Amino acid sequence: MSVNPKKRVAVVGAGVAGIAAAVALKRAGVDADVYEKESGPGGHLTRWHALFPGRENAATVLQGFLNEVKENRLDIRTGTLVTDIRKENGLFRVTTGSGECSEYGAVLLANGFRLFDAARKEEYGYGIYPRVITSPDLEKRMEDPATGLLIHNQAPKKVAFVHCVGSRDAKVGNRYCSKVCCISGVKQAIAVREQYPSCEVMNFYMDLRMFGSGFEELYQEAQEKYGINFIRGRVSEAAPTLDGSIQVKAEDTLLGCPLKVTVDWLILLVGMEPGIPGSLHDSLGLERDDAGFAGCRNKFLLPGYSSVDGLFLAGACAGPATIPDSVNQGRAAALSAIHYLNGKV
Amino acid sequence: MNFTEHPAFVFPFVVGMLFIFIYLPVIYVTWLRKNSLADFKTILRSIFTTNTLKAVREIFSECLLHRRIFRYNIRLGYMHMSLAFGWFLLIVVGKIETMVFTHDGFNPPYLPVFFKYFYPSGIPDTFKGRFFLMIMDLLLILVLSGLFLAFLKRFRSRVLGMKRTTKHIFPDRIALTFLWFIFPLRWFAESVTAGIAGSGGFFTLGSGRALASFLPLEDLLLPSWWAYSIVLGGFFFALPFSRYMHIFTEVVLIFLKYWNLATPERQNAYADFEINACSRCGICTNVCQLSADAGITHSQAVYFLRDLRYGTPERPVLENCFLCGRCSQACPVEIGIDQLRIAGRKRMMNAIAPAAEMRPVVSANGEKVDVLYFAGCMSHLTPGIIDATREILTRAGIRFSVLDDREEVCCGRPARQAGFADQARSIIARTTALINRSGASLLLVTCPICYKVFNEEYDLPIPVEHHTVFLNRLMTERPSLFRKSSLRMSYHDPCDLGRGSGIYEQPRSIIRRTGVLVSAAHEREDALCCGGSLANLAITPRQRTLVTDSAYQMLTAGNPDYVVTSCPLCKKTFAAGKREIPVADIAEIARMMLQPEEILHPEKAGEAELESEGQEICQ
Amino acid sequence: MNGKNDKWGFHTEKSNLITLDSNDRSLVNILAEQVPSLNSCFFCGSCGATCTASDDGMNFRLVHLLLRRGELQTVNKIIRSCLLCGKCTLVCPRNVDTRAVIYNLKILIHELH
Ligand SMILES: Cc1cc2nc3c(=O)[nH]c(=O)nc-3n(C[C@H](O)[C@H](O)[C@H](O)COP(=O)(O)OP(=O)(O)OC[C@H]3O[C@@H](n4cnc5c(N)ncnc54)[C@H](O)[C@@H]3O)c2cc1C
Ligand code: SF4
Ligand code: SF4
Ligand code: SF4
Ligand code: SF4
Ligand code: SF4
Ligand code: SF4
Repeated sequence: MSVNPKKRVAVVGAGVAGIAAAVALKRAGVDADVYEKESGPGGHLTRWHALFPGRENAATVLQGFLNEVKENRLDIRTGTLVTDIRKENGLFRVTTGSGECSEYGAVLLANGFRLFDAARKEEYGYGIYPRVITSPDLEKRMEDPATGLLIHNQAPKKVAFVHCVGSRDAKVGNRYCSKVCCISGVKQAIAVREQYPSCEVMNFYMDLRMFGSGFEELYQEAQEKYGINFIRGRVSEAAPTLDGSIQVKAEDTLLGCPLKVTVDWLILLVGMEPGIPGSLHDSLGLERDDAGFAGCRNKFLLPGYSSVDGLFLAGACAGPATIPDSVNQGRAAALSAIHYLNGKV
Repeated sequence: MNFTEHPAFVFPFVVGMLFIFIYLPVIYVTWLRKNSLADFKTILRSIFTTNTLKAVREIFSECLLHRRIFRYNIRLGYMHMSLAFGWFLLIVVGKIETMVFTHDGFNPPYLPVFFKYFYPSGIPDTFKGRFFLMIMDLLLILVLSGLFLAFLKRFRSRVLGMKRTTKHIFPDRIALTFLWFIFPLRWFAESVTAGIAGSGGFFTLGSGRALASFLPLEDLLLPSWWAYSIVLGGFFFALPFSRYMHIFTEVVLIFLKYWNLATPERQNAYADFEINACSRCGICTNVCQLSADAGITHSQAVYFLRDLRYGTPERPVLENCFLCGRCSQACPVEIGIDQLRIAGRKRMMNAIAPAAEMRPVVSANGEKVDVLYFAGCMSHLTPGIIDATREILTRAGIRFSVLDDREEVCCGRPARQAGFADQARSIIARTTALINRSGASLLLVTCPICYKVFNEEYDLPIPVEHHTVFLNRLMTERPSLFRKSSLRMSYHDPCDLGRGSGIYEQPRSIIRRTGVLVSAAHEREDALCCGGSLANLAITPRQRTLVTDSAYQMLTAGNPDYVVTSCPLCKKTFAAGKREIPVADIAEIARMMLQPEEILHPEKAGEAELESEGQEICQ
Repeated sequence: MNGKNDKWGFHTEKSNLITLDSNDRSLVNILAEQVPSLNSCFFCGSCGATCTASDDGMNFRLVHLLLRRGELQTVNKIIRSCLLCGKCTLVCPRNVDTRAVIYNLKILIHELH
């Protein structure tokens, strides 16, 4: 702790973005403290079972990140919630839940995103009907084939995915696209088919956004190899049937007809919501973009530079991002922070 | 002076008065002729009952004392009372004074009005005389004080507790100008006269003496009485074409009301009297959330009625209204504004939307049930309400079926509110057929919009109950089924349930039985609209949000754990966007407060777990 | 599509081709002026899915699209079954005031006749 606080960096959040940033800082010889509110590092990655686009095992990928943590002897303060960040006389003062305060020359914000709370779309019945679950719920179920989507030990016969739950929806106040849920939905649809080859899988979508490398190919594979039914229409509501399965109402917009289908499981592809607390705006003057994610100073020249001098952004806290996006942003932000500490902004 | 020689200045007044006394009966008879025979029979049946006396009492308390305006706002009430009652007393006491003096009831009508011109010292040198002089001066002061407040209201409305005043039209301005001059001129004329005569009441003599010090009173005597007479006569001429038509019309309206006529959806006399009885007091604009929150200031009741009076309201006026009933509730004249507006829409829209061809009724579910539950179309977007209601019914051991669990059924009210009356009738016919098939003994609804239309427009063989009433009854009959908690809840009265159906107490009683009721600034009759009302056909989504946000803020000011309501549309409207404090339906609260199964039936405790497959991950 | 009367559906035989060059697409602009949120529609189909009258052929998305393409023949027949219940407005993710659009469309068609 003898190091001059002016030369130290606080990394808030030990998701993939935070880890990548801290590793980069460490390798460049800059002292960094990583704060993580959960009991271990990894962020949302710890909740996934398989990753798009190649359906790599998430546990293996996570292990890769943990190895980096270990090799670089990162000091991650797990179980430590950052409650406030203030800037006084060019120094950042980071306060934690236990009331501890430390000072830093720069802060790297990597606190990620929050999953949309699907119960807010009441018409889909999440939290009301047990057979309506979210994509993260499904990831968790797929980890244990003994539970999976089995119903009374029988394989499900029909499963439907709903795209854009909590995204692109003015009714919940989120107009933006969460970017990762389309491809997640395709990936999960394949996973369900693979696990239960006799199960019919339908994806209800408005647009399929296959922007990343390998995404479109996965989509095509889902059609050709796995026979996933892609139905263009947004589900308006879900209702239970007597045996507990779920009746879904949508419009087949390509045919222009209303459509009803009864499924064993309805899976809601929930999107991302900003994890930036409003208090940071008051205490730091951190600007947010229209969607509520941390805004950067210039999208082209200075991505990763927040509106606060010396505070850098990485990962999903600055907007929906994939894991590779987040890792790249973490490294870039680390470099920006180093430049800042060296007075070369 | 001998009053048999009529001085010329009385003529403007006399002509104006004659005009009014001929014009008003003629126009009232024209309106009354729109009544049907049945309407007249209704009137005949009530005219010789105590209702007529009650009407007289109300005329006294509303047309003169303006009790309801007092209740709304004391200063505003005083303003209206001092003008109306003060003027009335000036006429009555003036008449008595004249009669006492002349010992003759049949003096010319102008004599009491211009009494001071003829007899500046009143009834000379008696106690009676001094008494009348003083009373008349006091009354003049009363009226002038009201006038002063009216002045203030025009220019600084907030002083009188009004956020805004109504916009005037041309005849109003003319009448208003006359009105404003009547009493100052009366004061001036009486003061000049008293100054010259050197005698009179304390107020007018005092001011007369003061005026004498710098004005040539003799030269002003006749001109001042001329001016007074002209503004009086002018006011009478302008009256029937201005808002002041309400003065006499309200009197007739009150009689008609007590003779059991009501706001019709087709045109009858009552509507005409209502439309003309609006004093444009502006209380309706003041309580309207459209103006308070959304900056909409063209369509409130006062403007709608005004346009209706002079012609046909334009679509933007007809359409931009929640039909929330806040204005009817606050209106001191008790005008049935919502019905008039629906009637107006109907006149415009019926040609546009003919009776609809409805799908025939198919599903007839044979099993015998006690309660037929109609969730309503909106509830399908708030399945939490349906689910909670089902669970409560099941736990209470009531046999029930859900009318609209397979197909969407509409109650018909939204079409009706939009003015599509014929179409609404076909919807109602179909839904009636569906209900009649069930053979249940009670129709339970969780939507106040449906509830209101079932009560008012349907002819059903079974009673209809809103779930607030039903659940409250269940809690009274089976208290052990529910438990109490420390949850703090504020309650939002849905427009159609509260003001629309008069159900305020049962939902509150449910909350008190299951938790703590947090009171809100606007409650019960004064409750705010959630902003989601389907009746408004012109408001933009953005303006709606403004209304909703401000109502939500009001409901959460006491920092409750839940905002509770009993309407799927209110719930959906409030829950949109990002809300810190959750919004729940009263059925969901009641379900939450069901006594756990194992306490009631310990032997069944195990079964509950089996049902909750998958639950732990969801929550 | 020649006479005004043909516009609203008394025509049976018609080519399947949408000829944008000649179709009258002005109506949607009038409507969008009356209800500006109409322009936000991205044809997701939620309104048609939730519609209380969907079994009777009501479909707001379809009506909107037909207007946009100037294919007016069936529009009047379709919107006749709308009950104005407003459910579609409650689900629209783009906050289109669908119910107000149908209401104004009914009036507009009436006026044009
Ligand atoms: C359903 C779903 C499936 C996905 N699947 C894939 C996939 O297959 N492949 C892929 O590339 N991407 C996937 N993603 C995207 C991926 O999850 C994100 O790109 C990644 O998690 C972003 O990393 P991050 O570090 O920015 O944020 P996060 O993973 O959210 O990590 C942020 C960390 O900060 C911590 N934190 C937050 N606030 C504080 C605080 N105040 N104090 C201390 N610590 C705090 C959190 O506990 C968390 O550990 C998926 C996303 C979703 C929603
Ligand atoms: S990525 Fe796909 S599912 Fe997710 S919000 Fe965007 S369009 Fe919707
Ligand atoms: S290739 Fe381009 S245009 Fe086509 S879907 Fe991808 S991003 Fe869109
Ligand atoms: S409608 Fe009633 S409240 Fe409104 S101005 Fe007229 S009298 Fe006053
Ligand atoms: S009914 Fe409600 S919205 Fe309509 S004018 Fe009256 S107060 Fe305003
Ligand atoms: S729900 Fe809204 S956005 Fe979707 S098709 Fe209907 S009007 Fe358009
Ligand atoms: S308002 Fe009309 S289009 Fe909309 S859901 Fe109701 S019936 Fe369907």
